[in-house]
Amino acid sequence: MQSETGKGMALEARHISFRYRKQKDWILKDVSLTVEPGERVGLTGPSGCGKSTLAKILAGYEEPLEGEVLLDGSLLPKKGYCPVQMIYQHPEQAVNPRWRMEKILCEGWIPDEKLLEDMGIEREWLRRWPSELSGGELQRFCIARVLGPRTRFLICDEISTMLDVITQAQIWQKVLELARKQRLGMLVVTHNMALAEKVCTRILSIHDCSLTSINGGIAG
Amino acid sequence: MGHNRGEDKKKEPVLTVEELSVSFSMYRRGLKKENLEVLHKLSLSVQAGEILAVAGSSGSGKSILAHAILGILPGNACMEGRMLYQGKFFDAKEKAKLRGKEIAFIPQSVDYLDPLMRIGKQVTGIRGTRERQRELFRKYGLDEDAEKKYPYELSGGMARRVLIASALMNEAQLIVADEPTPGLDLGMAREALKDFRELADQGCAVLLITHDLDLAVRVADRVAVFYAGTVVETAPSGDFLAGRDALRHPYSKALWDALPQHEFKPVSGTQPYAGSLPEGCLFQDRCAQRSGLCGGYIPMRSLRGGEVRCIHAK
Repeated sequence: MQSETGKGMALEARHISFRYRKQKDWILKDVSLTVEPGERVGLTGPSGCGKSTLAKILAGYEEPLEGEVLLDGSLLPKKGYCPVQMIYQHPEQAVNPRWRMEKILCEGWIPDEKLLEDMGIEREWLRRWPSELSGGELQRFCIARVLGPRTRFLICDEISTMLDVITQAQIWQKVLELARKQRLGMLVVTHNMALAEKVCTRILSIHDCSLTSINGGIAG
Repeated sequence: MGHNRGEDKKKEPVLTVEELSVSFSMYRRGLKKENLEVLHKLSLSVQAGEILAVAGSSGSGKSILAHAILGILPGNACMEGRMLYQGKFFDAKEKAKLRGKEIAFIPQSVDYLDPLMRIGKQVTGIRGTRERQRELFRKYGLDEDAEKKYPYELSGGMARRVLIASALMNEAQLIVADEPTPGLDLGMAREALKDFRELADQGCAVLLITHDLDLAVRVADRVAVFYAGTVVETAPSGDFLAGRDALRHPYSKALWDALPQHEFKPVSGTQPYAGSLPEGCLFQDRCAQRSGLCGGYIPMRSLRGGEVRCIHAK
């Protein structure tokens, strides 16, 4: 599973172990994973098996207790724009409730009109507060705000479970188009195998703290 | 497969919603006030022993319907229309009395859990017993350890199971579940839906709001398809299994096409914003069958054992 080159242009998790408390069982134990640019890796597994934890560690939101996460062979930057961006399962927990949508959207970069239109974001929504939008509407903002040119890897943790299937297909079509154009590397956490097979280039399953490869997925 | 099970029971509906409209008053720039109607003359009913799945676009007002039934809309909301519970009109006072007892709610977001209370205590609540809580936890694969946890320590799937368990603490007649399955793995989601089927078979009426259309149609009796704040079609679940030709409304067909296990092909465009709805059919801007007549009033009509709000549907 681990890249032999070590210093390749990739996002790499090396021998990651993690648990939330000392007396608790390990959630992840010696997990290694490499995501190459242009590759979309699906990650499935039962509820509570550590998929989201691994996603957070790869995005730098959680520190592994053992092991390290490397981007192009060095640690993730602690300051400035992080080239590894994450989209969460619950958008209402990922936005500042005291900011208007416009400020939330433009925190990292200024998306153009075309992207807003493609993502189905109405101009009128920009003036609203997060509490005045539905989960599906909020998620469009959370996706648009991380699709800037400085993003190289995208960690998607169940990003479309709260969207209806038409919006899901629309948003994935747009994300895939940009991912191909910008050669984004992606980790796609999902329970929906049909979805994983439609969007991923390879699919992994996490079980008993470690990863196994399963068949499926489409060509990049 | 669980659909059509309720057919022989012709009982009084447990819940009837008639011509329900909900609007929010919002402030624009300074003190300019604006009324935004988000549900428009919506009607539906759920019988005892029946699961009515409510599917449709994000932001079409599905959660608002749930909140309106429970009487937990925010203060700036205004409601019109009628709601009947067990054949009797019920108002805000009645709703407050019934919710949490005869009417159970499973909310959409884990935000509804108290972040500072341990899970076990939270689920037991003020009316439940420790034994019942343990029994439900066992049933949903939550170990004794989970009782002592705080909400932030739960995974998305565990939190969802905690929400389901807490709704089942008391003997509910009507269960309103707002997206109970996202975040659960396939096995768990099927399990949760099977539990709703069981509850319905025991005589509960279940209103199941969901995006997981493919899973829901396997346990529901009927499906109400929501679009832009109203119901555009109600169909027996079997029609969704039979394929797109069995469905009536162009929007329902578009939903079918967009499923990853089918075409994964989205119809273009977005749902119209509640503040600027077109006259007549709400789906006309995205519809291939659009004609001049679509701008007029479109009533709900019966068609092939279901109901549809479209003049072209055959």
